[in-house]
Amino acid sequence: MKFAAKKLTNLIITVILVSFLTFCAFQVIGDPVARMLGAEATPEKVAQLREELGFNRPVMTRYLEWAGNFLRGDMGISYSYKLPVSDMVIPKLGVTVALTLMAFVMTCVLSITIGLYQVRLKSPAVDRAMTVVNQIVMSIPPFFIGILLTCLFGLVFHLFTPGYYVSFRESPAGFFGYLFFPALSIAIPKISQSVKMLRSRTGEELEKDYIRTAFSRGMNTGAAVNYHALHNAIIPVISFLAVSLAEMLASCIIIEQIFSIPGIGRLMLSSISSRDFTVVLAIVVILVLWVIIVNFIADMIYPLIDPRIKVNR
Amino acid sequence: MKKILKSDNWYLKCGIFITGFILIVILIGQFWTPYDSGYMDGAARLEGPSFAHIFGTDNFGRDILSRVIEGTGTTFLVSFCINLIGLLAGTMIGAAAGYRGGLFDDLLMRICDAITAFPNVMLALVIIAVFGSGDLNIIWVLGILFIPSYARIVRSQFVQQKSCNYVQMAKLMGASPLRIIFVHILPNIYSTLLPAATIGFNNAVLAEASMSFLGVGVSANKPSLGRMLNEAQSFLVGGAPWYAAFVGLAIVLLVMGLSLLGEGLQKEQLRGKK
Amino acid sequence: MFKKTVALFLAVLLTVSLCACGGDRKGDRKTNNEIVVGISQDLGDSLNPYQMTAAGTKEIMTNVYEGLYKVAPSGDFIPAVAEDCIISEDGKVYTFPLRSGVKFHNGKELTVQDVLYSFKTCSDITVDSSLPKIFEGLTVESEGNNIVMKLSAANNDFLAYVSLVYIIPEGYSDQAATQPVGTGPYKFVSRSVQENIVFEKFGDYWGNKASVDKVTCKIYEDASALVAAINAGAIDVTAHLTPDQIAGLDEKKYDFLEDTMNLVQALYLNNARKPFDDVRVRQAICYAIDVDEILDLTANGHGSKLGTSIYPKFTKYFDEDLVDMYPHSVEKAKELLAEAGYPNGFSMSVTVPSNYTPHVNAGQVIVQQLKAAGIDAELKEVEWNSWLTDVYQGRDFDSTVCGFDASTITANALLSRWVSTSGKNMIGFSDPKYDELISKATAETDDAVRTQLYKDAARILAEDAANAYIQDIAEIVAINKDLSGYVFYPLYRIDFSTIHY
Repeated sequence: MKFAAKKLTNLIITVILVSFLTFCAFQVIGDPVARMLGAEATPEKVAQLREELGFNRPVMTRYLEWAGNFLRGDMGISYSYKLPVSDMVIPKLGVTVALTLMAFVMTCVLSITIGLYQVRLKSPAVDRAMTVVNQIVMSIPPFFIGILLTCLFGLVFHLFTPGYYVSFRESPAGFFGYLFFPALSIAIPKISQSVKMLRSRTGEELEKDYIRTAFSRGMNTGAAVNYHALHNAIIPVISFLAVSLAEMLASCIIIEQIFSIPGIGRLMLSSISSRDFTVVLAIVVILVLWVIIVNFIADMIYPLIDPRIKVNR
Repeated sequence: MKKILKSDNWYLKCGIFITGFILIVILIGQFWTPYDSGYMDGAARLEGPSFAHIFGTDNFGRDILSRVIEGTGTTFLVSFCINLIGLLAGTMIGAAAGYRGGLFDDLLMRICDAITAFPNVMLALVIIAVFGSGDLNIIWVLGILFIPSYARIVRSQFVQQKSCNYVQMAKLMGASPLRIIFVHILPNIYSTLLPAATIGFNNAVLAEASMSFLGVGVSANKPSLGRMLNEAQSFLVGGAPWYAAFVGLAIVLLVMGLSLLGEGLQKEQLRGKK
Repeated sequence: MFKKTVALFLAVLLTVSLCACGGDRKGDRKTNNEIVVGISQDLGDSLNPYQMTAAGTKEIMTNVYEGLYKVAPSGDFIPAVAEDCIISEDGKVYTFPLRSGVKFHNGKELTVQDVLYSFKTCSDITVDSSLPKIFEGLTVESEGNNIVMKLSAANNDFLAYVSLVYIIPEGYSDQAATQPVGTGPYKFVSRSVQENIVFEKFGDYWGNKASVDKVTCKIYEDASALVAAINAGAIDVTAHLTPDQIAGLDEKKYDFLEDTMNLVQALYLNNARKPFDDVRVRQAICYAIDVDEILDLTANGHGSKLGTSIYPKFTKYFDEDLVDMYPHSVEKAKELLAEAGYPNGFSMSVTVPSNYTPHVNAGQVIVQQLKAAGIDAELKEVEWNSWLTDVYQGRDFDSTVCGFDASTITANALLSRWVSTSGKNMIGFSDPKYDELISKATAETDDAVRTQLYKDAARILAEDAANAYIQDIAEIVAINKDLSGYVFYPLYRIDFSTIHY
């Protein structure tokens, strides 16, 4: 309980810090007034609008006002779209979360299957070939994987139509169908990392004394891998997967751009460039919450997998 | 050197070979490239690989090979500086947080969390707004972003080492905290930091590429792999697929060489411990 | 287990491709009489007709909004909500009889009250800086079914400005930002941020009704994603493509119509700053820049050369002689630089807005060309917002590559910008002769004389080398082979109403 309380305080402090830093950042990079009035604005108009919107007041006052409203569930109104921020952000969040979760499921299923396949391999040649391929895949920048998948599956094999995003409301099947390849692009780097991890951990475990004892008792390699080494090797992989769930949300930003998916990352990028800070703040807070909550869950599942680990931070 | 050649540590061998090759190419590129990397030839736009242009030409008719050589240099320099900033500042912060502990530690770690969660692109804009736009602003941006990960590693090491006997002894002998941090503990965690730095290095290459992709990377005055890949992808469909292919290849080689090197070092170290 | 999962994965892949391939529903779109238009920027500002700032928003929303008059593809002004326009002898009184039976998209019939309200609201809240000047001393009144406007001084371009005041229902200004209602051939249906904007044919339109029933604008901010989507057949119409972008597209699926973007792209020089205050330096830069090479390197030779702040679509005012006033010559450039006291050149920065690829590309070529002439130029990429605040409004730059479009189809819209007192004169150009010509031209009623005055003014810009003029950028419209009827305007505009299967 104390642990949970501490995590919660940390969470609150981080959210306050990040939102305040974001607020200050906009003080430095400018407000949305120039964008709202366009290139033809006269200086008087600019000054007048700035006054109207209250941008001339001290940062602290404005921050507290924003925080107060935010706590009451009022995220404000977008300066560029003139729509309530919550109406804009929540549908986008749904898309991004769907994408992330799809990528996560793919990563879990594929990395554990491929990883298990590789550690149980009898043929050293295939094992080595898989290691080499894996090493190469790991070195490809994630966004380049996205581009390659678009070209290969979209334009050569015509398995999906690049750019023909279908919203969930229109057709759930089409929606998940379209998200398949973007999710795969996010998943591939993570898959190769976790396969590699599983492979090398199992290798390390197999050299340990307890396995030697097992061998000396007459156990064959397959069984040693299955019952002993794997059990220990898979724990760090699972925690890696849990942590990568947090990172995946960040990779969404670029992938959404490449596949033209109207998600939260794209909204954040365009809102930053139009200085639409109410939108950016809402998204930043959501991102922080996501990262921290996922890490928290990761911390909580360690003891479930391995009772030896106790939560004692 | 002989030891390395003879060892069965393939990771280290391949890593040294690939990275060494890249470093030699970068070095040569400082003095000589097949063409001037900025020279534009309207008559030779988007030409495929040929004897005149081994990697072909880009949309301005510039020689891709020359640009890849120079770009690798830029990217390498950028990644190096990013890691230097991250490593130096991260070590300071991590050491201070880990050694002092308590509220101070908590606060520093929360700031690190905040930096991690802060959108990269926005940080880039803040840096540009503060320092003005320069060719290599990206170094500062990513440098700052790399601090938290190093700080976390160093901090956890310090927390571990702090309770070790040798530190307690040094304390008893009246060594100042600064002396304990720099003279006693730091040399002991160096072996953890080295592989972390190589991994950081290849993360930096990827980060440079992604930032260029989002339009806040190295400026067009200098060729850099990330920026080139970003430009090349518009010609991937139909036009000139080799452009992206060669630039992509250079990135993959650079990252692979470094990650193999990092892993090789890690293995070497584990072996040393046994 | 491995084999099972691989089999499962392949099964999922197959299902996915079956689901997602339904995306290529070109046939369906034809039977449903709908089209998909690909646009490269979201309508990310207010949809209020008087507060739209982005050219990309205006070019789409003109399908929804109409003024009393509107621009025809020829560039002439034709009656829209008004039936006619009667101008008094002295050019100071305009009488617009309203067309009867004009309906708004919300079903309401248009009345004089709506027109009065629209003019009032527009003059109060418009973000267009030229309109308030026109509205100064203007009275708008209703006389039965007529709108009568009295100007304080005659203005030959008055109809052009009238066409910018879009008519909305009385009291609707606040809702217009998110739920636009106008009298145009298409009505706004819905908008999903960064995803799409949907329009439907307005059945009660007063004029020739549109042909296509439903238009969906899909947003692709990433240029490569846009091209990939066109290539896959997900889009029927896309404007503003570059020659490089269409290089990989399938000619069997699309027709490519070429035109220009209707803007003046130039290396704008900060005349108020040293050394660009010296006309010889500016001329040297003009000589150093090889426009043909820019066209070859950035657009495969497509695009129209300019020579001054007028683009060729303004046939009446465009002067061919000015195009080649500064033929490419490094020697001449060096000579002029030496004369101006810079025998060893100088260093300067070329600022470009990083989100506009044509400007960034032109900038890259220019930097190389200037270097060849001994000027140490450096490219400086800035974000659009910083460009607006620092370069455009703050005037803190050496030189910048960008493009200016015309808000109305009048020479005045392009040329009055460089009058020394103008707030839009970002380069700080100042020439009393030029100011005089422009003010004379604005007041002149005789068309031939006025045209000559504008032409003379444009010549001054070229002779003084106010800027190093480049081109009106080539743009290509890719349109599905099944469709026809795409019409080009001399302004930034995409007209859905003429497109048909």
